[in-house]
Amino acid sequence: MLGEDLLGGRRPTRRPPNRYPLWRYLLIVSIIALGMIYASPNLYPPDYALQIAPESTGRFVSQSMIDASVAALEDAGVGVIRGEVTPTGGLIRVETNEDQLRGRAVLDDQLNPSNTERAYVIALNLASTTPAWLEGIGGKPMAKGLDLSGGIRFLLEVDIDSAIGKRLDDEASNVRSELRDARIRYARTEELVRDQAIRIGFTDAEMRDHAIEQLREDYGPPNYTMDEQVVDGRPGLVIEVDAAYIDEIENYAITQNIVSLRNRVNELGVSEPLVTRLGRSRIEVNLPGVQDSSEAKRILDKFANLEIHLAAFPDDRPTEVEEMPYEGRIERIQKEIVVTGDRVTNAMQDFDPETQLPQVSITLDSIGGDRMHDATRDNIGHPMAIVFIEQKPIKQEDGSVVLRGERRLISVATIQAALGYRFRITGLSMREAQDLALLLRAGALAAPMRIVEERTVGASLGEQNIERGMYSVVAGFLLVLIFMPLYYKVFGLVADLALTLNLVILVAVMSLLGATLTLPGIAGIVLTVGMAVDANVLIFSRIREELARSPPQQAIQAGYDRAFLTILDANVTTLFVALILLSIGSGPVAGFAITLAIGIVTSMFTAIMGSRALVNLIYGGRTLTKLRI
Amino acid sequence: MRKTNFDFMGKRMIAAGVSGFLLVASVVALVAVGLNRGLDFTGGALVEVGFAAPVVPQEVREQLEGAGFVNAVVQNFGSETDILIRVPPRAGVDQSTVGDEILVMLRSSYGEVALRRSEVVGPAVGEELTEKGGIAMLVALAVVMLYIMFRFTGKFAIGAVTALAHDVIVALGAFAVFRWTFNLAELAAILAVIGYSLNDTIVVSDRIRENFRIVRRGRPVDIINQSLNEMLGRTLVTSLTTLLVLVALLVAAGEQIRGFATALTIGVVVGTYSSIYVAASMLLALGISKEDLTLPEKEGQDDKLVP
Repeated sequence: MLGEDLLGGRRPTRRPPNRYPLWRYLLIVSIIALGMIYASPNLYPPDYALQIAPESTGRFVSQSMIDASVAALEDAGVGVIRGEVTPTGGLIRVETNEDQLRGRAVLDDQLNPSNTERAYVIALNLASTTPAWLEGIGGKPMAKGLDLSGGIRFLLEVDIDSAIGKRLDDEASNVRSELRDARIRYARTEELVRDQAIRIGFTDAEMRDHAIEQLREDYGPPNYTMDEQVVDGRPGLVIEVDAAYIDEIENYAITQNIVSLRNRVNELGVSEPLVTRLGRSRIEVNLPGVQDSSEAKRILDKFANLEIHLAAFPDDRPTEVEEMPYEGRIERIQKEIVVTGDRVTNAMQDFDPETQLPQVSITLDSIGGDRMHDATRDNIGHPMAIVFIEQKPIKQEDGSVVLRGERRLISVATIQAALGYRFRITGLSMREAQDLALLLRAGALAAPMRIVEERTVGASLGEQNIERGMYSVVAGFLLVLIFMPLYYKVFGLVADLALTLNLVILVAVMSLLGATLTLPGIAGIVLTVGMAVDANVLIFSRIREELARSPPQQAIQAGYDRAFLTILDANVTTLFVALILLSIGSGPVAGFAITLAIGIVTSMFTAIMGSRALVNLIYGGRTLTKLRI
Repeated sequence: MRKTNFDFMGKRMIAAGVSGFLLVASVVALVAVGLNRGLDFTGGALVEVGFAAPVVPQEVREQLEGAGFVNAVVQNFGSETDILIRVPPRAGVDQSTVGDEILVMLRSSYGEVALRRSEVVGPAVGEELTEKGGIAMLVALAVVMLYIMFRFTGKFAIGAVTALAHDVIVALGAFAVFRWTFNLAELAAILAVIGYSLNDTIVVSDRIRENFRIVRRGRPVDIINQSLNEMLGRTLVTSLTTLLVLVALLVAAGEQIRGFATALTIGVVVGTYSSIYVAASMLLALGISKEDLTLPEKEGQDDKLVP
């Protein structure tokens, strides 16, 4: 107990009793000043606003357009504060939440005539009213959680197994073609992929050894392991994916899905959506301000994927060919996939410069471009097929629900030239071209997802929660503020000041960390207020006890010194509990845990250093015969 | 606070009886009735709606049953015009549209109905959370025990953890007995109770340890009594300020925080009691003595002196 000896013993001191050196006062004052500065943005409530962003890069928002929009809003009886042109478009501040919702409908009519492609996205937004100098030094108000702002939260489960299965299918067709190219005979089975591994049987052991030789480069360590095993009673080869590579595939699938979800959410016109990974296979989507859950779900639910295949050649083996209906006839296409939708980086509906007919211009990433090039350069004049996959929830016999991809052939077009990473699909109607571009652009998902949790908070409840939450903070705070001086006299006032500072610094730290304020978070603040005085209570009770055996100045000194370790022990353990709470996950518990943890740390500072500085200022250096406490 | 001299430990058998009764009652309630687990844990759907005029929950329930929502729980929530509807999870039925369906149905028969909140939780999420919550509670207890063993001694650790387990079981028992809904927020409150009660127990233990080292004469029971009396003022003041803010939460923060504040209030009351009677009595029961608290290097010598 080294610390105890250092802190608990009565140290000889050359300073006058209970005086802090100047630098300590300066340190405390600067921390308080910083706390006040960074807590102050919360005093400026943001304005409700409508954000106007052009859909395509060709358009922009002009001042005259803003003026016209403001006039239209005012005609419709919407309370407008002011409109301005911003680097990304335009921003119109309105008076209330209701004005905001009505204003959006008005602007949508005004800016986006019906029966044409949407020109501007109109999003609900909250516009900061924080003064520029505060924003300049990084000051920002705490963001409000969905339970306070109203909105929808979705929790989506990504079907990782399906992502891995899909990857294995891709690899299996690659293995097939490698073996075929090397003229290695293998047992033809319907599926090479079983139980998360590629399993191939060979006619004899020699063929298998050839195959191992052939595949070693692509399917050896570190990503894969090859094992000689008996497959279906034949000498065989099992290719398994390494655990680390599975993690990589998983991470890729989730990242890709998050990107796609962000794109889709943007279609909803939500200004500050939050799309984040949660745990191993979940994605959390927060849509503040959104109230229409069915519209949000319709857009999130658009689980579409796309595959590009070559049409089958006459000499293709039947096991490698799939037959699909298309415009009343049956098309035969190769099972092997050339490119999947997740390789699409951009897709736009535009017009063929020669014929002026609608088309879709597609841009692929470099890997997709290479594959497209390899597949098309020797097959000019041959048809290429685009398969669209929509994930639909299917109820199983045991009652569980799984997602099944419904595959549909949507386009068969002839390859006109060797294609690269940019190509066009022509021969579509205007409507088809628009839909296809939208689906491609909204992003294909690397793995199917489904909604496992959905929470909607109505705007009225949000407002009520804020009001009640603030009321309980104020009431709890006042009750404690009144009680302390009644019980501890001047020291009680010192504790009150320390408590107030604690609240200010707590709010400042939460704002700086970008923490989100939720209803349980407010409860955490209230609880912190109640518990933070404990440190002062401990110190003051100790001073009272010490007064029985020592003069006032020493009693103050000893009270602070001896209570310190007790306070530290008590707070460290509570901090552990707060951190364990944080690990349970997101949502209400996390909001509460963060506030509790920050509150513990800030209260240690204000209750010990802050209150001591005050006590020293009041009593330090004086000759005291009596201390009222 | 005047100097007090209660014989706390003299009453410890009565306290043990009370604690024993509370614990047995809680465990029986938890086993026989179980917690009324909320949506967060069970999965299912929940809709909170506001009507223009007061409505009778029974009437709404009948309407829902007519529309095929069997076993829906309908109750007033906070006021006569607010209704909370809970639909239990049904195997094989996708519930993601339940909220919308109920709202459409209610609007068709009651006219203007405001959606205040709607939640749909898949059963898998709930199960996972139950598991995680249980683990979190055990981890919290284990970490606390290790820290106290490190900072104090094993006997203090056993005393503190017994007190914490006591508080958690009694608070959970109250939720089972009164059929209050237990959701994620209430779980957070229970964990916060662990934090609070621990704080209290450590402060008391700290003083007991200090007195065992300073006071030369006296039986352990007297030293513990003296320590408890010395800390009584502080214990009561801190509990009082915490209860003050909890009352503010209970009264002002609204229905959604009520369960959370109730769990904490019970926890603070029981936690204050347990740091006196459970943790300290446990120390006596374990035969705490001066030797336990002398500095480590001396402990080795003491071991050799044992006959």
